[in-house]
Amino acid sequence: MITIVYFAWVRESIGHDEERVERPAPGVTVADLIAQLATRGGGYAQVLSDPAKLRAAIDQRFVPLDTVIGDAKEVALFPPVTGG
Amino acid sequence: MKRVAIQSADFDVATELAALEALGGGGVASFTGIVRGEGGLIALELEHYPAMTAAQVDRIVDEALARWPLLGVNIIHRFGRLEPGARIVFVGTVSRHRTAALESCAFLIDWLKSDAPFWKKEHFADGATAWVAARAEDEAKAKGWTA
Repeated sequence: MITIVYFAWVRESIGHDEERVERPAPGVTVADLIAQLATRGGGYAQVLSDPAKLRAAIDQRFVPLDTVIGDAKEVALFPPVTGG
Repeated sequence: MKRVAIQSADFDVATELAALEALGGGGVASFTGIVRGEGGLIALELEHYPAMTAAQVDRIVDEALARWPLLGVNIIHRFGRLEPGARIVFVGTVSRHRTAALESCAFLIDWLKSDAPFWKKEHFADGATAWVAARAEDEAKAKGWTA
Protein backbone atom coordinates (compact mmCIF):
# COMPACT_ATOMS: atom_id res chain seq x y z
CA MET A 1 0.00 0.00 0.00
CA ILE A 2 1.01 3.61 -0.49
CA THR A 3 -0.48 6.82 0.87
CA ILE A 4 -1.78 9.54 -1.43
CA VAL A 5 -2.22 13.01 0.05
CA TYR A 6 -4.11 15.89 -1.56
CA PHE A 7 -3.93 19.63 -1.01
CA ALA A 8 -5.87 22.81 -1.83
CA TRP A 9 -8.55 22.49 -4.55
CA VAL A 10 -7.45 18.96 -5.35
CA ARG A 11 -8.28 17.98 -1.75
CA GLU A 12 -11.57 19.89 -1.78
CA SER A 13 -12.80 18.34 -5.00
CA ILE A 14 -11.79 14.80 -4.05
CA GLY A 15 -13.36 15.23 -0.64
CA HIS A 16 -10.60 13.92 1.61
CA ASP A 17 -6.99 14.76 2.32
CA GLU A 18 -5.47 11.31 2.39
CA GLU A 19 -6.06 7.73 1.31
CA ARG A 20 -4.28 4.40 1.04
CA VAL A 21 -4.16 2.54 -2.27
CA GLU A 22 -2.53 -0.65 -3.55
CA ARG A 23 1.12 -0.15 -4.42
CA PRO A 24 1.32 0.61 -8.16
CA ALA A 25 3.13 -1.90 -10.39
CA PRO A 26 6.83 -1.29 -11.07
CA GLY A 27 7.30 1.38 -13.72
CA VAL A 28 4.04 3.19 -12.98
CA THR A 29 4.55 6.97 -12.96
CA VAL A 30 2.76 9.73 -11.06
CA ALA A 31 1.02 10.65 -14.35
CA ASP A 32 -0.19 7.04 -14.70
CA LEU A 33 -1.53 7.13 -11.13
CA ILE A 34 -3.34 10.42 -11.84
CA ALA A 35 -4.94 8.93 -14.98
CA GLN A 36 -5.99 5.85 -13.04
CA LEU A 37 -7.53 7.89 -10.19
CA ALA A 38 -9.37 10.10 -12.71
CA THR A 39 -11.31 7.06 -13.95
CA ARG A 40 -13.08 6.94 -10.56
CA GLY A 41 -15.21 9.83 -11.86
CA GLY A 42 -16.86 12.54 -9.71
CA GLY A 43 -14.49 14.90 -7.94
CA TYR A 44 -11.52 12.76 -8.98
CA ALA A 45 -12.30 13.17 -12.69
CA GLN A 46 -12.99 16.87 -12.20
CA VAL A 47 -9.55 17.76 -10.86
CA LEU A 48 -7.37 14.99 -12.26
CA SER A 49 -8.43 15.01 -15.91
CA ASP A 50 -6.11 17.92 -16.72
CA PRO A 51 -2.69 16.90 -15.33
CA ALA A 52 -1.05 20.05 -16.74
CA LYS A 53 -2.67 21.91 -13.82
CA LEU A 54 -1.19 19.53 -11.23
CA ARG A 55 2.10 19.24 -9.40
CA ALA A 56 3.38 16.32 -7.35
CA ALA A 57 5.75 15.25 -4.62
CA ILE A 58 7.07 11.79 -3.82
CA ASP A 59 8.09 11.21 -0.20
CA GLN A 60 7.96 14.97 0.43
CA ARG A 61 10.09 16.01 -2.55
CA PHE A 62 8.76 17.79 -5.64
CA VAL A 63 8.97 15.59 -8.74
CA PRO A 64 7.93 15.87 -12.40
CA LEU A 65 4.76 13.92 -13.22
CA ASP A 66 6.69 11.41 -15.34
CA THR A 67 8.56 10.15 -12.26
CA VAL A 68 8.24 6.45 -11.46
CA ILE A 69 6.59 5.85 -8.06
CA GLY A 70 8.75 2.81 -7.32
CA ASP A 71 9.01 1.98 -3.62
CA ALA A 72 7.81 5.40 -2.42
CA LYS A 73 5.66 5.58 0.71
CA GLU A 74 3.77 8.78 -0.04
CA VAL A 75 2.63 10.54 -3.22
CA ALA A 76 1.20 14.07 -2.94
CA LEU A 77 -0.97 15.73 -5.60
CA PHE A 78 -1.70 19.45 -5.54
CA PRO A 79 -1.97 22.66 -7.62
CA PRO A 80 1.10 24.83 -8.27
CA VAL A 81 2.16 26.35 -4.94
CA THR A 82 1.28 29.93 -3.93
CA GLY A 83 3.22 30.65 -0.76
CA GLY A 84 5.37 33.61 0.20
CA MET B 1 22.52 31.01 12.54
CA LYS B 2 19.84 29.22 10.59
CA ARG B 3 16.25 29.30 11.76
CA VAL B 4 13.14 28.08 9.95
CA ALA B 5 9.74 28.29 11.61
CA ILE B 6 6.44 27.22 10.10
CA GLN B 7 3.76 28.41 12.51
CA SER B 8 0.23 29.74 12.84
CA ALA B 9 1.24 32.30 15.48
CA ASP B 10 2.19 35.87 14.65
CA PHE B 11 5.75 37.07 15.15
CA ASP B 12 7.43 40.30 16.18
CA VAL B 13 9.61 41.81 13.45
CA ALA B 14 11.67 43.94 15.86
CA THR B 15 12.57 40.87 17.93
CA GLU B 16 13.56 38.92 14.83
CA LEU B 17 15.67 41.79 13.49
CA ALA B 18 17.39 42.31 16.85
CA ALA B 19 18.45 38.66 16.90
CA LEU B 20 19.91 39.02 13.40
CA GLU B 21 21.66 42.30 14.28
CA ALA B 22 23.35 40.59 17.22
CA LEU B 23 25.22 38.19 14.92
CA GLY B 24 28.03 40.64 14.20
CA GLY B 25 27.43 41.19 10.49
CA GLY B 26 27.66 44.52 8.70
CA GLY B 27 24.24 44.34 7.08
CA VAL B 28 20.81 42.90 7.84
CA ALA B 29 18.20 42.64 5.08
CA SER B 30 14.61 41.60 5.62
CA PHE B 31 11.29 41.14 3.88
CA THR B 32 7.91 40.99 5.58
CA GLY B 33 4.89 39.81 3.57
CA ILE B 34 1.49 41.23 4.57
CA VAL B 35 -2.07 40.18 3.63
CA ARG B 36 -3.52 42.77 1.23
CA GLY B 37 -7.18 43.62 1.81
CA GLU B 38 -8.11 44.25 -1.81
CA GLY B 39 -11.35 43.55 -3.66
CA GLY B 40 -13.44 42.78 -0.59
CA LEU B 41 -11.00 40.22 0.79
CA ILE B 42 -11.70 39.47 4.44
CA ALA B 43 -9.23 36.64 5.02
CA LEU B 44 -6.53 34.56 3.45
CA GLU B 45 -6.36 30.90 4.43
CA LEU B 46 -2.95 29.32 4.08
CA GLU B 47 -2.76 25.56 3.75
CA HIS B 48 0.55 23.71 3.71
CA TYR B 49 2.05 20.23 3.58
CA PRO B 50 3.17 19.74 7.18
CA ALA B 51 5.34 16.68 6.51
CA MET B 52 7.24 18.54 3.82
CA THR B 53 7.20 22.30 4.47
CA ALA B 54 9.98 22.75 7.02
CA ALA B 55 12.34 20.37 5.20
CA GLN B 56 11.68 22.06 1.86
CA VAL B 57 12.21 25.57 3.27
CA ASP B 58 15.37 24.24 4.91
CA ARG B 59 16.63 23.12 1.49
CA ILE B 60 15.96 26.59 0.07
CA VAL B 61 17.90 28.15 2.97
CA ASP B 62 20.81 25.77 2.35
CA GLU B 63 20.84 26.89 -1.27
CA ALA B 64 21.13 30.54 -0.14
CA LEU B 65 23.90 29.63 2.34
CA ALA B 66 25.81 27.92 -0.47
CA ARG B 67 25.54 30.99 -2.73
CA TRP B 68 26.20 33.90 -0.38
CA PRO B 69 28.52 34.35 2.61
CA LEU B 70 25.79 34.67 5.24
CA LEU B 71 26.12 34.86 9.00
CA GLY B 72 22.46 34.20 9.56
CA VAL B 73 19.16 33.36 7.89
CA ASN B 74 15.76 33.45 9.56
CA ILE B 75 12.54 32.44 7.83
CA ILE B 76 9.10 32.45 9.43
CA HIS B 77 6.11 31.39 7.33
CA ARG B 78 2.63 31.37 8.83
CA PHE B 79 -0.30 29.14 7.96
CA GLY B 80 -3.99 29.20 8.89
CA ARG B 81 -6.50 32.02 8.57
CA LEU B 82 -4.97 35.49 8.26
CA GLU B 83 -6.82 38.78 7.97
CA PRO B 84 -5.82 41.86 5.94
CA GLY B 85 -2.85 43.57 7.53
CA ALA B 86 -1.58 40.35 9.10
CA ARG B 87 2.02 39.29 8.60
CA ILE B 88 2.36 36.12 6.47
CA VAL B 89 6.08 35.66 6.03
CA PHE B 90 9.40 37.00 7.29
CA VAL B 91 12.77 36.56 5.63
CA GLY B 92 15.87 37.96 7.32
CA THR B 93 19.49 37.63 6.21
CA VAL B 94 22.77 38.86 7.68
CA SER B 95 26.11 39.23 5.98
CA ARG B 96 29.28 41.27 6.38
CA HIS B 97 28.20 43.42 3.42
CA ARG B 98 24.90 44.68 2.06
CA THR B 99 24.97 43.02 -1.37
CA ALA B 100 24.96 39.46 -0.06
CA ALA B 101 22.28 40.30 2.51
CA LEU B 102 19.98 42.04 0.00
CA GLU B 103 20.44 39.52 -2.82
CA SER B 104 19.98 36.46 -0.64
CA CYS B 105 16.84 37.97 0.92
CA ALA B 106 15.33 38.55 -2.56
CA PHE B 107 16.36 35.04 -3.63
CA LEU B 108 14.73 33.48 -0.57
CA ILE B 109 11.38 35.20 -0.96
CA ASP B 110 11.29 34.44 -4.70
CA TRP B 111 11.98 30.77 -3.99
CA LEU B 112 9.45 30.60 -1.15
CA LYS B 113 6.80 31.77 -3.63
CA SER B 114 7.55 29.11 -6.21
CA ASP B 115 9.06 26.24 -4.23
CA ALA B 116 7.51 25.96 -0.78
CA PRO B 117 4.36 23.80 -0.41
CA PHE B 118 1.82 26.47 0.57
CA TRP B 119 -1.53 27.26 -1.02
CA LYS B 120 -3.61 30.40 -0.45
CA LYS B 121 -7.38 30.53 -0.45
CA GLU B 122 -9.13 33.90 -0.53
CA HIS B 123 -12.30 34.55 1.46
CA PHE B 124 -14.43 37.52 0.40
CA ALA B 125 -17.02 39.62 2.24
CA ASP B 126 -19.86 38.25 0.04
CA GLY B 127 -19.03 34.68 1.10
CA ALA B 128 -17.21 33.77 -2.13
CA THR B 129 -13.92 31.89 -1.97
CA ALA B 130 -11.16 31.37 -4.52
CA TRP B 131 -7.85 29.55 -4.54
CA VAL B 132 -5.04 31.87 -5.59
CA ALA B 133 -3.57 30.80 -8.93
CA ALA B 134 0.19 30.53 -9.28
CA ARG B 135 1.61 33.36 -11.34
CA ALA B 136 3.92 32.52 -14.23
CA GLU B 137 6.01 35.60 -13.42
CA ASP B 138 6.70 34.30 -9.88
CA GLU B 139 7.93 31.03 -11.35
CA ALA B 140 10.08 32.94 -13.87
CA LYS B 141 11.55 35.10 -11.09
CA ALA B 142 12.61 32.10 -9.04
CA LYS B 143 14.04 30.34 -12.07
CA GLY B 144 15.93 33.54 -12.93
CA TRP B 145 18.18 32.81 -9.95
CA THR B 146 19.27 29.46 -11.41
CA ALA B 147 21.29 31.11 -14.18
